Amino acid sequence: MELIRPDINIDFVGKRKYAYLLSLSFIIISLVGLVWRGGSLYGIDFAGGTVIQVSFAKPTDPGKIRQGLTAAGLERSAIQRFGGEGENNYLIRTDLAGPEQGNLQDRVKESLEGVYGKEGVTVERVEMVGPSVGHDLRQKALLAVFYATLFIAIYISGRFELKWLPPVIMTAALILGVYTLRVVGLNIPLLILAALLIATALCWVLKLKYALGAVVATIHDVIITAGAIAVAGKEFDLTVLAAILTITGYSLNDTIIVFDRIRENVRKGRRRDFAELVNGSINQVLTRTLLTSGTTLTTILALFFFGGAVIHDFAYTLMVGIIVGTYSSSFVASPVLIEWETRFGKPRPAQGKK
Amino acid sequence: MKNLQWRILAVVAIVAVALIYLLPTLSKELPPWWTAVLPSEKIHLGLDLQGGMHLLLEVQTEKAAENRTDRLAEEIKDRFRDAQIRFRQVERQGESGILVSLASGQPWEPVNSIFKEKFPTLDVGARDTTGDQLQVVLQLKANELQHLKNFAVAQGLETIRNRIDQFGVAEPDIRTQGENRILVQLPGIKDTQRAIDLIGKTALLEFKLVDDQNSVNEAVAGKVPPGERVYHGTRVDPATGQVSRTAYLLKDRTLLTGEYLTNAQVQFDRNNQPYVGLSFNDTGAKVFERITGDHVGERLAIVLDDNVYSAPVIQDRIGGGNAMITGHFSMDEAKDLAVVLRAGSLPAPVKILEQRTVGPSLGRDSIRKGLISMAVGGLAVVLFMLVYYRASGVIADLALIIDILLIMAGLAAFRATLTLPGVAGIILTIGMAVDANVLIFERIREELRLGKTPRAAVDTGFDRASITILDANVTTLIAAVVLLQFGTGPIRGFAVTLTLGVLASMFSAIFGTKIVFDYLLQKRRVKTLSI
Repeated sequence: MELIRPDINIDFVGKRKYAYLLSLSFIIISLVGLVWRGGSLYGIDFAGGTVIQVSFAKPTDPGKIRQGLTAAGLERSAIQRFGGEGENNYLIRTDLAGPEQGNLQDRVKESLEGVYGKEGVTVERVEMVGPSVGHDLRQKALLAVFYATLFIAIYISGRFELKWLPPVIMTAALILGVYTLRVVGLNIPLLILAALLIATALCWVLKLKYALGAVVATIHDVIITAGAIAVAGKEFDLTVLAAILTITGYSLNDTIIVFDRIRENVRKGRRRDFAELVNGSINQVLTRTLLTSGTTLTTILALFFFGGAVIHDFAYTLMVGIIVGTYSSSFVASPVLIEWETRFGKPRPAQGKK
Repeated sequence: MKNLQWRILAVVAIVAVALIYLLPTLSKELPPWWTAVLPSEKIHLGLDLQGGMHLLLEVQTEKAAENRTDRLAEEIKDRFRDAQIRFRQVERQGESGILVSLASGQPWEPVNSIFKEKFPTLDVGARDTTGDQLQVVLQLKANELQHLKNFAVAQGLETIRNRIDQFGVAEPDIRTQGENRILVQLPGIKDTQRAIDLIGKTALLEFKLVDDQNSVNEAVAGKVPPGERVYHGTRVDPATGQVSRTAYLLKDRTLLTGEYLTNAQVQFDRNNQPYVGLSFNDTGAKVFERITGDHVGERLAIVLDDNVYSAPVIQDRIGGGNAMITGHFSMDEAKDLAVVLRAGSLPAPVKILEQRTVGPSLGRDSIRKGLISMAVGGLAVVLFMLVYYRASGVIADLALIIDILLIMAGLAAFRATLTLPGVAGIILTIGMAVDANVLIFERIREELRLGKTPRAAVDTGFDRASITILDANVTTLIAAVVLLQFGTGPIRGFAVTLTLGVLASMFSAIFGTKIVFDYLLQKRRVKTLSI
């Protein structure tokens, strides 16, 4: 069975202006969303605080729950519906997380039982992250992102050109650049930004067009996925961050598949207009791209719909990331190649016009 | 031909080993001959799937240092009195310093020799003579301080372990983390609040004398006589639930502490009310006898963590080393107090830095939902492969089943923990595992379209695709390894299943399915490929 005809030839490249527009709008929406959400983006893993998940025997509403919390002094906490329709689960979130909150869980339970009765409410889950642990987790998360960025940048720089020199230069430049900036006193988020800029600049300078395409596509993916989280009102916690890192690795898979085919066709020496060659390559691997992303997406959708509320945000992040990652291989990474070739490429002796 | 046989054997062997590692998880009971030689551990479930509590504690080692310094200061005062050295003040300064202020005219030499001979752990600082007063600051030696802090953490760990043991949790995990943190994981615990109280209690038992001469009320108002302090006793009336707070004026000097206890047991008095009976060791018994003998008629306060439990009048000299703590306890309270006294006091107080508790019902719910997602997702993928690639799809599905087997076996073999994100990781790898097969099959289809024979198409397909597969998975592995390094519990579970999944799928797609194709083409001499 074939979903897609083998001789298909959709004009991806011709339509790339629309793709730029689409990508740009999504990026703007994402950035606006991220800035607008600001501090509320952080879950308790990073901001510190306490989250208590309670389930009720009968349907209720936040107002009544707030009343129930007065006895524990928590009537000003954030209360949020959680999970599916039939479950009557709510999340109570507060910034309090110090040692004086040692018996917070008990106080909440007793206070709610006062209103709902002993059988009417169950405390399902409690997570309390004190300020020092919150700080530790922030550091760890940033370090994880930082090292992932480094390794991926180094890998990409060598993977496409298949020469050993670029990765060596990339490694040296990144280590040097990051070290000096660290000594100057830059904090980790800025270091991550710096590493990205250094990587991108090096790709430009060393004429690593494939690597550049991959880096731009990856940055595009991360911004939009993060934006999707911000716009959907969700929070960044450790699991969401893990999902974003996974997406970064996964979306590169896709880009590598497309680029490999492009390079193969270039090697075969077809004297065609480069853009046409790229378009042909994308079409050739279309089946593969759609199928691999499709099967992965299917399993993640199963998790999204059936996995339960606790893992829901994680599944959402993966879902958005896979879709955007697939899109970006054809509509961001490849166009970058074409633009580069148009501006900096060597003119071909025999031009076969379409 | 032989090559094929060896490969088939290899795969069969690997699957067999995987099954051996998995059997303990699947079967309820294992025969003794199995447990003797073969692996017999179930897959560990994380707290988010099992239910339980995760607690990160910080040992306040500064307090341990302060306590030691206070005790040394007391000792110095004793020695000074014995040697008739006149002093104005011996006070702790900061965490580990002692400020000694001598009276005017007090010669330095005898003081110095006491310091040198009796207090080797203290460094004598520079002398400062302002006016006619000699002042000197002593400092606990640096390595002594460090040793003390390390000991506080190690001792804290032991004590907490003892307390948990008595509480009866199936597989507690208690270990140190970093310099002064203790990680406690209690799977399956139901009464989390009681456990937290039990763990966090410093449980410093002290016996102090009550000052009945001076007025308690005046002391509360602010006029505290030297060497004394106001303590409070809180009592909750079990009948009415009313909380009453009584103030006591106690002489600050601790006469006896809980370190001399050999036992603490719950016992019942004539009214069947529980109380805690204490037994002291020989030294403690002697001290107790001396205290009670010297202070008949006065009140002896029993203080636990700066809270006065009771302050009975000493009727008579008490020999034999037995004492009672009464206080209108519930049975649970008495039991917990006895546990905590038996296990010993924490050398330094602990602070809760992080707590994550999952109730058992949520844990079971998560497992159920995880399995449902895996089934739905897996089924969708399996069906798709069947429909799209026909017989080759069946081969890919078999490879998928082996993948899952290998991932689970890997978890069991490496004693890794399966967490909820870990289950998500397995589900993700189901999707990604099929990717590898898709890549290979699409390549084979392309080669067939170019007119190659099935044999050639299969070989080229596998060759070309293998490199791409290995390659494309490297970036996912980079992400997984970074997460493994920096991730905490549940995230690490995800990184583990992701890594195992990627490796397993590469193995079964490149190595495993090739065997089936080779077998079909060579042995069965299949003419056309159903792909």
